[in-house]
Amino acid sequence: MTGAVAMTEEGALLFGSIEQLSERLWRGEISARELAEAHLRQIERIDGEIHAYLTVVAERALAQAEEADRRIARRRQEEGGAVDVRRLEPSERLVGIPWACKDVLCTEGVRTTCGSRMLEHFVPPYSATAVRRLDEAGAVMLGKVNMDEFAMGSSNENSAFGPTRNPWDLARVPGGSSGGSAAAVAAGEAVFSLGSDTGGSVRLPASYCGVVGLKPTYGAVSRYGLVAYASSLDQVGPIARSVRDCAIVFEAIAGPDPMDATSAPGPVPEVLPTLELGVKGVRLGIAPEYFGEGLSAPVREAVLGAVARLEREGATTVEVRMPHLEYALPVYYIISSSEASSNLARYDGVRYGLREPGDDVVAMFSRTRRAGFGDEVKRRIMLGTYALSTGYYDAFYVKAQKVRTLIRRDFEQAFERADVLVTPVSPSVAFRLGERVDDPLRMYLTDIYTLSVNLAGLPAVSVPCGFSPEGLPIGVQIIGPAFAEARVLQVARAVEAAVADQVAHRRPAVAVR
Amino acid sequence: MPAITPDEVRHVARLARLELSEEEVARFTQQLGEILQAARRLQELDTEGVDPTFYPLPLRNVFRPDEVRPSLPRERVLQNAPEVEADMFRVPRIIEEA
Repeated sequence: MTGAVAMTEEGALLFGSIEQLSERLWRGEISARELAEAHLRQIERIDGEIHAYLTVVAERALAQAEEADRRIARRRQEEGGAVDVRRLEPSERLVGIPWACKDVLCTEGVRTTCGSRMLEHFVPPYSATAVRRLDEAGAVMLGKVNMDEFAMGSSNENSAFGPTRNPWDLARVPGGSSGGSAAAVAAGEAVFSLGSDTGGSVRLPASYCGVVGLKPTYGAVSRYGLVAYASSLDQVGPIARSVRDCAIVFEAIAGPDPMDATSAPGPVPEVLPTLELGVKGVRLGIAPEYFGEGLSAPVREAVLGAVARLEREGATTVEVRMPHLEYALPVYYIISSSEASSNLARYDGVRYGLREPGDDVVAMFSRTRRAGFGDEVKRRIMLGTYALSTGYYDAFYVKAQKVRTLIRRDFEQAFERADVLVTPVSPSVAFRLGERVDDPLRMYLTDIYTLSVNLAGLPAVSVPCGFSPEGLPIGVQIIGPAFAEARVLQVARAVEAAVADQVAHRRPAVAVR
Repeated sequence: MPAITPDEVRHVARLARLELSEEEVARFTQQLGEILQAARRLQELDTEGVDPTFYPLPLRNVFRPDEVRPSLPRERVLQNAPEVEADMFRVPRIIEEA
């Protein structure tokens, strides 16, 4: 038992909330360097089994931590020793907080692979806006985390560098595509992470790994420096162990950016002031289309159980209809693959990335792309090229964009009667590695409840609401109207409080043994 | 009639500048066929008079002042290039000699 005391202190460093850690940092009880070192030790100790990290930047992290320590020391000196942590700006709460960056966001001077052989040795000459904002806020980046190649996938098995494993059961997938992000946060290998969400890539792994993931409104967070998959659907979003931590990170990265013409104008959205307001009088929309055939019993029970608890807290439920939900899957795959086929045309072996020699330029392009892309990326490039080609453009691409309008209208009508929609995140809990790799259509069904949110550009959060009988986490999805991040996070916070007795104390065994 | 033939798969691969093995042609013919079959369900829906949604935000014509700003220095632009010659990206010959 001699290790127990030390483990408790280490555990407090590894599983503390942003505010708990921030308070200790600003009071001078711990240093940012100690905090970073504790996380680097945890990565060293368990990441061989989880494989969340593709690149660990220990030296860079320790330099950032020391800079954070100097920043805190300066402020403490100015304020005469004590800093009132309640008076910190939200972004100051991130000074010295260790985080993990999905390998889809460009990091100046740090290799950014996108989970692809194509970019195995790519070192970006600039940082993504979201990364730069966290740098400026004084957060400490520990490294780059694993993902499905070019963010295409639902299991992390499409990474060219081997899959990440689910910390709750190492035989299972963490979900995708931001699987490394969610696994690292769940296992105490980072306090929070950034992911990207094109069809569910933040929410699905958050659900499978028992953490909180926010997909912001399209345009709420700059996409500058985010390697493009499907430009009309991609959004950067935070993954953390609590709704409050997610809210803090969201406020730090959100807001307009002159480098992204599709970032939404207007002030940085505030979500923290309303976070604890509860759900009294909030109208929860329940659409039967999300609870039909294919939904597993444990997920249905956990999600409806969370709804019942919110009703006890004063929320009301209203039935809404989403008649076009069943078309979201083909609409999503046509649109996202079409945009991907265009975006990924840039990987031609000329300016960066892999090059395979060829006698002429077309042979060089074609061989480079053959060697650099994995199976799923090739499949989507093929599907998108087909859908955009002469003779099929109207029948597939334009048709899908029209049905996208019908899906958007379903949401508009639902939000006339409901403040938020409450749905499952995925039909089942985390599945076993290898279980769905040979059947793309079956794999695609994993995202059936999350895709339509991206098609409509809406904000949605995945928050843990229970566990399956075999001990695997289950998430519930809260969807809101455009730019209603404050509302979806407020409801998510109420879910978190309402299920705390079942969820809050549980940690993956691999992370705490 | 299959949703897509092996010849169509080869044609699309050429358009996408993607060299495929014969094994991949066979596999993609089957898998893309299944996906396209599922996508044909969209034809059930009447979308007469429905405008397509190409973008979720109602933004148009985002302007900025046309001012000279610093850009990346040349060596940083070239730092990831597979082959460089005389400060330029080097590629196989594209234009025939006269």
